[in-house]
Amino acid sequence: MMIISTSYHIFVKEFVSEFRTRYALNALLMFVVTTLSIILFSIGQESPSIDVLSGTLWIVIFFSAMSGLSRTFVAEEERGTSLTLRLLVNASSVYIGKLVYNFALILVLSVIIAVSYVLFITEFTVKTFEIFWLTILLGSAGLASASTILAAIIAKANTKGTLFPVLAFPILLPLLLTCINATKLATEGAFLVEAVKEFQILISFTVVMIATSFLVFDFVWKD
Amino acid sequence: MKTWLKIAVSVWLTGIIIAGIAFSMVKVPQTWYEFPFIPGLEEKARNIIFHVPISWATVVAFAMSMIYGIIYLRKKDIDYDLRSVSSASLGLLLCILATVTGAIWAKFNWGSFWNWDPRQTSIFILLLIYGAYFVLRSAIDEEERRATLSSVYSIIAGVTVPFFIFVMPRIMSGLHPGSLGDEQGKGPVLEFKMAPNMLMVFFASLIGFTVLYFWMYSLKVRQMRIERHVQQITETH
Amino acid sequence: MKKLTFKSENIAKLYNRRIILENISFSLSDGTAFAITGKNGSGKSTLVKILCGVLSPTRGSVEFSVGGAIVPYPDYYPHIGLVSPYLNMYEEFTAEENLSFIAKVRSLEREWQERSNMLLKEFGIYDHRKKEVRYYSSGMKQRLKYCAALLHQPSLLVLDEPSSNLDSYGIDAVRKFMVLQKQNGILMFATNDAEDLQFADRVYSIEIGNH
Repeated sequence: MMIISTSYHIFVKEFVSEFRTRYALNALLMFVVTTLSIILFSIGQESPSIDVLSGTLWIVIFFSAMSGLSRTFVAEEERGTSLTLRLLVNASSVYIGKLVYNFALILVLSVIIAVSYVLFITEFTVKTFEIFWLTILLGSAGLASASTILAAIIAKANTKGTLFPVLAFPILLPLLLTCINATKLATEGAFLVEAVKEFQILISFTVVMIATSFLVFDFVWKD
Repeated sequence: MKTWLKIAVSVWLTGIIIAGIAFSMVKVPQTWYEFPFIPGLEEKARNIIFHVPISWATVVAFAMSMIYGIIYLRKKDIDYDLRSVSSASLGLLLCILATVTGAIWAKFNWGSFWNWDPRQTSIFILLLIYGAYFVLRSAIDEEERRATLSSVYSIIAGVTVPFFIFVMPRIMSGLHPGSLGDEQGKGPVLEFKMAPNMLMVFFASLIGFTVLYFWMYSLKVRQMRIERHVQQITETH
Repeated sequence: MKKLTFKSENIAKLYNRRIILENISFSLSDGTAFAITGKNGSGKSTLVKILCGVLSPTRGSVEFSVGGAIVPYPDYYPHIGLVSPYLNMYEEFTAEENLSFIAKVRSLEREWQERSNMLLKEFGIYDHRKKEVRYYSSGMKQRLKYCAALLHQPSLLVLDEPSSNLDSYGIDAVRKFMVLQKQNGILMFATNDAEDLQFADRVYSIEIGNH
């Protein structure tokens, strides 16, 4: 199908572009390192409850998403290549390509953050790894699905940087709370089946977001 | 809106406010102007008469804002965007009131103004959505684009509403009446624990606030239309 | 060569209730070079965007048909090549990579490589094809934009300020392809340059008279 092939090429373009310029990726990684360090320093000698740690894990992931996921649309506008894409490809391929790219990006970041948490914070003990990693995977999907359409929206507005978290936070809050809940279950050693409700929410959120995005993307992308 | 309706609503709501605040709550009501106790809530049950209809109205306002947004996207008639903003402005005001009445009630019932109970969190998220809607609008200079993008945002926000209103209180137990942890079941409203006369006042309040909302909405829309018309005239001169 | 028609009917564009364009109507068939002219700020670039389907008009319609079949507005992209100051190449990629991306994403036939090389040579940037575009001069960037617009042999070639940033060699190459385009399709360009205007069969002025 042509749409899959064009979406794929857009995804590759995003990937290679990011790899070439790298300043955004570097900034993101530095951001993750800095935020993790701050958390580690503030924990210090204390032993924060594991619930608090589950919460902070997703705070860091959320802010990483806020730093990195808007770039894909904002950069096109800033560099004047938005019109180029508009006259090259159909809108859906643009959306799919960038969605998949955002998903890959936030997945990598959240895995880095999650691994750092497990390695460097001794109080953060995960007992049911299946729940933990499945939450990271599904949470990333949810984050990417909402962030992509919102990024497309703010790219067409002024003051893009500060606008993105403002718009995204209320939309993502149910997702984040569910992820925190599921992470808590993972640290408590719950069985996989006990987290099924959480996973259902995460999956349906992602599906609903993507479906809605498909319906409205044309209005945002086309002037 | 017809004058007789405006007068009727004013009298109606005044009556409701009096009933809500002045009618005494006793264990065994003797007359029609006394409410019986609801176990667990007692005096604080008065809040139901105000807080619930206002919360209901703010959700209606949001739904209307979103629907007008959808119609705008299909018809591209800027009047629908004006209706969308008017609805949202009122919704924001109502949401602030709902949050405040809820917090006051929380203080008296649970000891603190804020508890991160799912329902309380939900109304707060709605407040954030309204805020985000207006911040987005202020960041776009061009009329058509502003209307299009804010309509899209309201659709996206609207789509998450089922998630936080219905899903979350079921998953997380909370203190709010009707949450999973409440031994009374689904709460006084859904289980009709209110006595007939109190129920009447409650439904009257529901109707009253809804009509008030439509009154204020029609005023706001007319104001916005006039504003836009005036701007149009001053710009071409 | 497919039969082409391009028609615009009563196009108007308002920005915040201010009239930018009004009553723009014209009709073209293939083999035409159509020039749009007007003072700076008269709305030339806005009109170009509307005609390409990138900006929707407040009123009026655009109708473009290829081989008798109407191309649905605003998805004209398979049939259009646009060169405009508002349309840039990807600066972190080389010229070759930009053209390769375009070819893949437009699903062009395998012979695109030859055409790509031919265009790069014609516009004199073949030797720089493996350099990243961010190192190009503005003239080279403009020439690359032409290669990008012509790669898929568009039925409709639209140029916003054709000669900007170009030296005489660049302009010669552009003129050559303008002639080719006129023979094989529709050429539309927006300019105030007198020499450019000489190429046109019809000149449309967005000010007095046609406003």
